[in-house]
Amino acid sequence: MAEPTHAIRLHVNGVAYDLDVPARRLLSDALRHDLELTGTHVGCEHGVCGACTVLLDGEPVRACLTLAVSVDGEEITTVEGLESADGELGPVQQAFKDCHGLQCGFCTPGFLTTITAGLRDNPDPTRDEAREMIAGNLCRCTGYQNIVAAVLRAAELKADTGGSEIAKHAGVSRDMPTASVADGDRGGTP
Amino acid sequence: MTTKMFGDPIPRVEDERLLRGHGQYLDDLGHDALEVAMVRSPHAHARILDIDVDAALDVDGLVAIYTWDDLDGPLAEPLPLLIPHPTLTHPRMPYALAKDEVNHVGEAVAMVVATDRYVAEDAASRISVTYDPLPPVVGIEAARAATDLVHADVPGNVAARMRQSNGDADAAIEAAPHRLRLDFEIERSASTPLEGRGVLARWDTESARLRIWSSTQTTTGVRAAIAARLELDLGQVDVIAPDVGGGFGVKIVHPWPEEVLVAMAARTLGRAVKFTEDRREHFVSAAHERGQLHHVEVGFDDEGRILGLSVRFWHDNGAFIPYGLIVPIVTSTQLLGPYKPGAYTVEFESLYTNTVLVTPYRGAGRVHAAFVMERTIDAIAAELGVDRTAVRENNFIQPDEMPYDHGLLFQDGKPLRYDSGDFPASLEKLKKLVGWEEFATFRDQARAEGRRVGIGLACYVEGTGVGPYEGGHVHVETSGKVKVATGLTSQGQGHKTVFAQIVADELGVPIDDVEVVTGDTRRFPYAVGTFASRAAVMSGSAIALAARRARAKALRIAADALEASEDDLEIVDGVVRVRGAPDTQIALGTVAVLSNPLRYAFDEASKAATQFAVGDPSKPPVAEGDEPGLEGRDYYSPNQSTFANGMHAAVVETDPDTAEIRILRYCVVHDCGPMINPRIVEGQIHGGVGQGVGGALYERMAYDEYGQLLNASFMDFLMPYVTEMPEQIEIDHLETPSPLNPLGIKGLGEAGIIPSSAVFASAIEDAEGIPIRSMPISPSELFELRRQHGTDGD
Repeated sequence: MAEPTHAIRLHVNGVAYDLDVPARRLLSDALRHDLELTGTHVGCEHGVCGACTVLLDGEPVRACLTLAVSVDGEEITTVEGLESADGELGPVQQAFKDCHGLQCGFCTPGFLTTITAGLRDNPDPTRDEAREMIAGNLCRCTGYQNIVAAVLRAAELKADTGGSEIAKHAGVSRDMPTASVADGDRGGTP
Repeated sequence: MTTKMFGDPIPRVEDERLLRGHGQYLDDLGHDALEVAMVRSPHAHARILDIDVDAALDVDGLVAIYTWDDLDGPLAEPLPLLIPHPTLTHPRMPYALAKDEVNHVGEAVAMVVATDRYVAEDAASRISVTYDPLPPVVGIEAARAATDLVHADVPGNVAARMRQSNGDADAAIEAAPHRLRLDFEIERSASTPLEGRGVLARWDTESARLRIWSSTQTTTGVRAAIAARLELDLGQVDVIAPDVGGGFGVKIVHPWPEEVLVAMAARTLGRAVKFTEDRREHFVSAAHERGQLHHVEVGFDDEGRILGLSVRFWHDNGAFIPYGLIVPIVTSTQLLGPYKPGAYTVEFESLYTNTVLVTPYRGAGRVHAAFVMERTIDAIAAELGVDRTAVRENNFIQPDEMPYDHGLLFQDGKPLRYDSGDFPASLEKLKKLVGWEEFATFRDQARAEGRRVGIGLACYVEGTGVGPYEGGHVHVETSGKVKVATGLTSQGQGHKTVFAQIVADELGVPIDDVEVVTGDTRRFPYAVGTFASRAAVMSGSAIALAARRARAKALRIAADALEASEDDLEIVDGVVRVRGAPDTQIALGTVAVLSNPLRYAFDEASKAATQFAVGDPSKPPVAEGDEPGLEGRDYYSPNQSTFANGMHAAVVETDPDTAEIRILRYCVVHDCGPMINPRIVEGQIHGGVGQGVGGALYERMAYDEYGQLLNASFMDFLMPYVTEMPEQIEIDHLETPSPLNPLGIKGLGEAGIIPSSAVFASAIEDAEGIPIRSMPISPSELFELRRQHGTDGD
C-alpha cells in the first residue's frame, strides 16, 4: 500500500515550494532530496552535531529532528540563502574563507546558519561569546580555532557593511529551481 | 614578476563552492537513485541458521533483496586482503554479505534496495534472521587468553606475530645501571568523519560502463577492486571521489561490502543505486583504531641514555584484517621517535576479537608509539630525578647523524632511515615557546593558591610520503588555462590550492588560471591514494615534475617561434618572453596552439597551427620522440619515506575536587620542511590537535562483554566541541628540507594528533604526581587514580 502523503508549502530562502510528503519525512530529507537543496548536511541524525542546522523563522533548528509536515507554511533559511544581496559571499561565509574556517566543509553549513542567527542576536561578541555561539556544533577537521576567529571576523564584516546577508531572497518567488549544476571538475551528470 | 606562490598563505580555492552550499558530497548526488539499507548482525559472534525475507516482500517500493546466496563468482569470495605480509600467517577476511557466520555487531548480512532509504529500512526491518549465538571474544585480554576463538581455524586468535630488532636489547638491559618495566594501554577510538561512507553506482547499458562515485580515499583502489569482483575490464569502470566530508584514514579501506554490492546491484537492475551510511552504521560497520597493550623493558645509564629497549605489544585488529599489519608495524618502528637507543627489540601479536575491524586512523599506530616511548622517557627522568627535557636531549639523534638508519624495516618494506630534522633545535624552540624553564615558578604559585597545574611534552617522528608512487598531469589548453590532474583523493586538506600554488610557480602562470582535479580515474588512472601524510609529498612532487616537463616543452616551442635561445626565455604571468626584451613574447596559449599540428582550424588562433601555416616542410609535423599538445606527465616514486617531526607541550590544570582536566596552554613545534601554504599547514595542525584532545581525554569505544558497542552515537561517543579545546594552539615552525624530493617537503597531515596522548599524560602526571599509564583519561578515572594513590584528600 502506498504511504499516505500530506500537502505542505515550505518557504525556503524566500521561495515557496509545494510538496507532498509522508508524515515521517524529515525536514533535512525534504530539503536535500525533494527540493535538491543539498547544502544542508546530515552528520548524526540525532541532533548532536549541528551540521543540518537551518533557520526556522530566523531561529536555528536541527533539520534532522524536524518533520517536514511540522513546518508547513514557515520560513526556512538554509546555507544556500546566506549570500549577500549582490550574489557575493555573505559576511559569515566570507569570514570563513578569510580565516580558513573550513576544511572538508561538511559541517560548515550548520556553523554558517548558527553564526548568522548568533550575530543577529549579538552583533559584537567577545571571544568567549564567540566560542559559546558555536558550542553546539561539531567539526572534526579544524579544531575550531579558525571558526572562532571567523565568528569575530564576520562580526567585523557585518559592522562594516551594515547589511543583512539573508536579504537576497526576500520577496522573491519563482518555480522550483533545477538541481545545482556540477562543477567542471566533477564531470558528467552524477 | 609573477608573485611566488610557494610559501604564500593564500585562501583556499576550494572554499567558495563549499561555503555557498554548492559542495557535492556523496548523498548530494543521485537524486534519482534507488537506495540501500543493510541488515546487520545484532550479535558479536553467531552462526546464521536462516534468513527469512518473506515479510519484506510486501513492502511497497521494495526493488531487491540480496543475501550471500545471491552472490556468485568473485562476489561470493571473501573481500581482498589489501596488504599481505609474510608474518600475517592467518589472514581472515569478511564476505560482502555474511556467509554462515557473523563476527561482529554490524556485519552486513543482507542488502535491501528500494525506492528510498525510508522504504529500504522498512523492508530491512521485516527481514528475520535466525542466529545461534557463539561466545564472543571482546578485548585484548580475552583474545590473548583464547578461551574462545573468533575464527575456529585461527589458533590463539593470533593473526600475526612479528619481531624486529637492532642489537641485543635484552643483554643491554641486563647490563644497564638502571632498569624499568612499564605497562601502557591505549583504548580504541575512530576516525569518525562528519560524513560517513557512501557509494553511488550507475550502469550505462548502451556503453556497458560502470560509473561509481564513492566517499573514498582511493578511487584507483576502488576501481581495481570492483572491476575484479564484477569481472569487468578496468576500462569499463570509472571511479570518482566527489567532495568527501572527512576521511582521517577510515575511507582508505576498500572495497567496502557496500561498494561492491551497490555496483553489482546497479548493473543487475540497470538503475542508479546509492548507499549512504548512517551514523550508527559508521560506528558498527566501518573501522576503528588505537586499541593496544604494551609492555616495556628499558635499561639506561645515569644520564638517562637508553642502552637497551625491549617492547612487546598486543594489537586488537578486530574481526578481520583487510589492511594487514600496517598499524602495528608503524607502532613498532615509529616508537623510536627522535631517539637512538643502544639496542632495540620489538615484538607484537595482532589478535582477532569479535569487534569492528581496525584500520589506520590519523596517526595510524604513531599515537600509541609516541605514548609508549615518551612515557618511558618521562619514567626514566622520574627515576633519575632529572628534567624530562634533559633525558630527551641525551637520547636525541643529532643533525650531523642524518641520514640516520635505525636498522629496521618501515611499513613500506623500506629502511627506517630518517632523511632530515634537527631535534635539539626543535626542543629549544618548544622550551622557549611554552616557557619550560619558567614553569616551576608558575606551578609553585598555583599550588600556593590550592590549584594543581602541570606541564608535559612529547616528541615524535613521522614517516610521511609513503610510496609506491603518485603521478601528475599538467595540460596547458589553447586558452592558456592550465588543467592539472592527480589520482589521489581529497577530503578537505586543500590539495587543489597547494597543487595550484606549485604549478603556478613551476610554469609561471597566474594561479587563477590553474585548475586541479583529484581522485577521478577518468582524469588520472594511475594512483595509490591519500593516507600517511603523503599527498603533498607524493602528488606535489609528481605535479612539480610534470609542470617542469610542460615548461620545458613550452620553452622549446617558443624558442622556435621567437627565434630565440631557450636559455634566454622566461615565463611570466602565462607569457613566454625574452629576458631583457619583453616585447618579444608569445602567450602560453599560443604555444599550446603551435604544439599541436593541425589539419583543421577551429578558431582564429588555431589557424596558426594548420599545415600550410607552420613548420619546416622537410620535417615530420610531430618530431620523433615528441607528442602533440602542451602537456607534461610525470611520476614521483621515492626509494623511501620522508620523515617529518615535531614536539608538543601542554599545560593543564586539574580540579582538586572534581578531577576535571582543563587545558591552559597547547604549544606545537613542527618540522615538515618548507611549507607550501602555512595557513593550510596550521589548519591541519589545529585539526590534528583537536582529534588528539578527543583521543586523550574523551573518546573510547565502549564495548560490553557481549561485544555490543554501547556508545555508538555522537550523543555517547564524546568528540570535542569548541568548549573542550584550548583557547589557542600556539605554533612555531622549523623548516629543515628533505633531500628526497624536488620540493624538499615532508608530510604533515597527521602531525597534530600523534603526540597528544603522550603530552596530556605527561602534563596530568606532572600536575597530580600519579603515574598515568592508560589513555584516554576521564575525570572519573583520574578521580579513581587519586583514590588508589591516596592523593584524593590533598
